[in-house]
Amino acid sequence: MAMKTSEESRPTERAAGAVTPWPADIKMRAAGLDFYYGGKQALHSIALQVPTGRITALIGPSGCGKTTFLRILNRMYETVPQARPDGEVLLDGEDIFALDVVNLRRRVGMVFQKPNPFPKSIFDNIAYGLRINGMAGKGSLSEAVEKSLKRAALWEEVKDQLHKSAYALSGGQQQRLCIARALAVEPEVLLLDEPCSALDPIATAKIEELLFNLKDICTMVIVTHNMQQAARTADYTGFFLMGRLIEFNKTAIIFKTPARKETEDYITGRFG
Amino acid sequence: MTKSEQSILSTLPCSLSPVTCNLSPALMSLRSVWRKFANVVMLSLTGVCALFTVSVLFVILGYLVYYGGKSLNWAFFTQLPAPVGEPGGGMANAIVGSGKLLLLASIIGIPIGLLGGIYLAEFGGRTFSFLVRYTTDLLNGVPSIVIGIFAYTNIVLPMNHFSTFAGGMALGVMMIPIAVRTTEESLRAVPLMLREGALALGTSKWKTVATVVVPAAMRGIVTGIMLTLARVAGETAPLLFTALGNRFWSPGWNQPIASLPVMIYEYALSAYDDWHRQAWAAGLVLLGFVLLANIGARLVVSRGISFRRA
Repeated sequence: MAMKTSEESRPTERAAGAVTPWPADIKMRAAGLDFYYGGKQALHSIALQVPTGRITALIGPSGCGKTTFLRILNRMYETVPQARPDGEVLLDGEDIFALDVVNLRRRVGMVFQKPNPFPKSIFDNIAYGLRINGMAGKGSLSEAVEKSLKRAALWEEVKDQLHKSAYALSGGQQQRLCIARALAVEPEVLLLDEPCSALDPIATAKIEELLFNLKDICTMVIVTHNMQQAARTADYTGFFLMGRLIEFNKTAIIFKTPARKETEDYITGRFG
Repeated sequence: MTKSEQSILSTLPCSLSPVTCNLSPALMSLRSVWRKFANVVMLSLTGVCALFTVSVLFVILGYLVYYGGKSLNWAFFTQLPAPVGEPGGGMANAIVGSGKLLLLASIIGIPIGLLGGIYLAEFGGRTFSFLVRYTTDLLNGVPSIVIGIFAYTNIVLPMNHFSTFAGGMALGVMMIPIAVRTTEESLRAVPLMLREGALALGTSKWKTVATVVVPAAMRGIVTGIMLTLARVAGETAPLLFTALGNRFWSPGWNQPIASLPVMIYEYALSAYDDWHRQAWAAGLVLLGFVLLANIGARLVVSRGISFRRA
C-alpha cells in the first residue's frame, strides 16, 4: 500500500486504518473539513484534492476562507488560540492532525504574504532550516544554500553578498529569499499565501516564472487575490466563497466554462 | 467702539468673547495676536521644562566631574581606605566589592529575569501570566530597603553574619522585575510573521524562540538588563544590612564586603573633608563604570542584525 513519493525514506506515522491504496497523483486531500475560530465557523465541509507536482490556486473574495484553508494544510492555524478544525486532511494518505507538527511543517513548507526574512545574513536565512532540522553536514551546507538560492532564481543576484543582512535586499528579492529558505528543507508541498501581494509587477513576474520552474520539485498551493495570476500560473483552481469551496477544476475550465454561476460572477468581475 | 473698550478686550482671552471676535477685522487681529502669544507661552513652558530635565542631569554630572575629578587619583583605584583621620588612601576594595556584588546579582537576576520574560511573552497562558505580570510590577514597586530587610531576615540572621552573598542576593532580587518586564516587552515587539517563518520550516516552539525571536529582540533585552544593572549598582539601602561594608579586602563570598554606594554614604556623612572628596570620586567612578558597561554591551549587541519593524 505504501506509495513511494520521494527518494528518501522517512519514518512513517501512518494513521491506523489507512488501508486503501493512495493514488500517486494526489498529494493532499481534505474531506468534510470544517473550521472554527472560537464559536465562529470559518470553513464549511471543504473537500479538495491537491494534485501532485502541480500548482493549485485558491481564489475568492477577502474573508472567504482561502487563507484559513491554506493554514490548515501545515497546521499553521495552531498559532491562533481557540482555532479548531474538524474533518480530515491527508498528506500521502497520512492524517496530518496525527502527524508530529514539526515533521509536518518540514514536509509542507510555507511562504507568507509579506516577505519575512529572519534578521540574519542571507546565508544564515537559507541555512536556518537545514541547521534546525539537522540536515546540514558542515561541507554540504554552503552547497545546499547555493542550490536553494539557484532554485529560487536569486543566486546570481546575491552570490557576492551572502553574508550581508537579508534586509539589504529589495522586497521582491526578500520574497524569493523566503522561497529559497522554504525550499532548502526540501518540502514536498509548498504553500504560498498571496506571495506577490506586496510586490511590484516585475518582481511578481519573476516569482511566477520561478513557481512554474519549481513544479518538478514540489507540489504548490497558492492563495491569490489576483485572478490573472491564478490563470497564468495554476494548473488547478479552487473558488472559495463565504467559507465554502464553490468549485474546483482545471484552471482553464474554471476561467472559460465555470459550472457555477457564483464562479462566473466572480471571475468576470461582477463582485468581489 | 472706543479705545478703552478695545484695551479691555485685549486683556481678555478671545475665547471669552467669541461673538465680538467675529465682528470686526481689528478684533480678529487682536485674536490672532492672543493666539500667537499663547503659542509662544506654551512653547516656552514646555521648552523650559525639557531644558530643566536635561540640566538636572548635567548639573549632577558637572558636580561629579568637578569635585570627583579633583580628588580622583591612581591611589583611589589601587589602595585600601586609609585609617580614620589619616588622609589619602583609596577604595580599591569597594570597587572590587561592587563588582563582586553585581556579578552575584547578575547570576541570580539575569537568568530568572530573562527566562521569566520569555515565558510571559511566548508561552504564558492568560490567568497565570496576568498574575506573574502583576506580581512583577508589585515587586518592582517594593522599596529597596524592604528587600534589604527581607535578605537580612532570611540570609543574614540564619547565617549569623553579614556577607557578600546576602548583598548579592538582595541586589539580584531587585533586578528581576525590570529584567522580566523589559525582556517581555522586547520580545513582544518582534513581529509575529518572524515566528511564523521559523515555525513553517519545521522549527519547534522553543527553538523558534531561542534562535529567531530572542536574537531579534537582543538589543532591547540587553538594554533592559543594563538598565537594571545600572539601577542596582547604585543601590545603597539593601546593602547596608546585608553586605554591610568593610574597610579591608573581603575574600570569598562569606564576609562583609565594601561597595561604592555604601562607601559614598559613609564618607559623605563623615566629618572629614578628605572623605567628602573621596565620596565624590566614588560617585564619579560608579557612574563611569555604569556608562562603560552600557556602551560596551551596546557595541556587542549592535553587531548583530536587528529586525525591521513592519
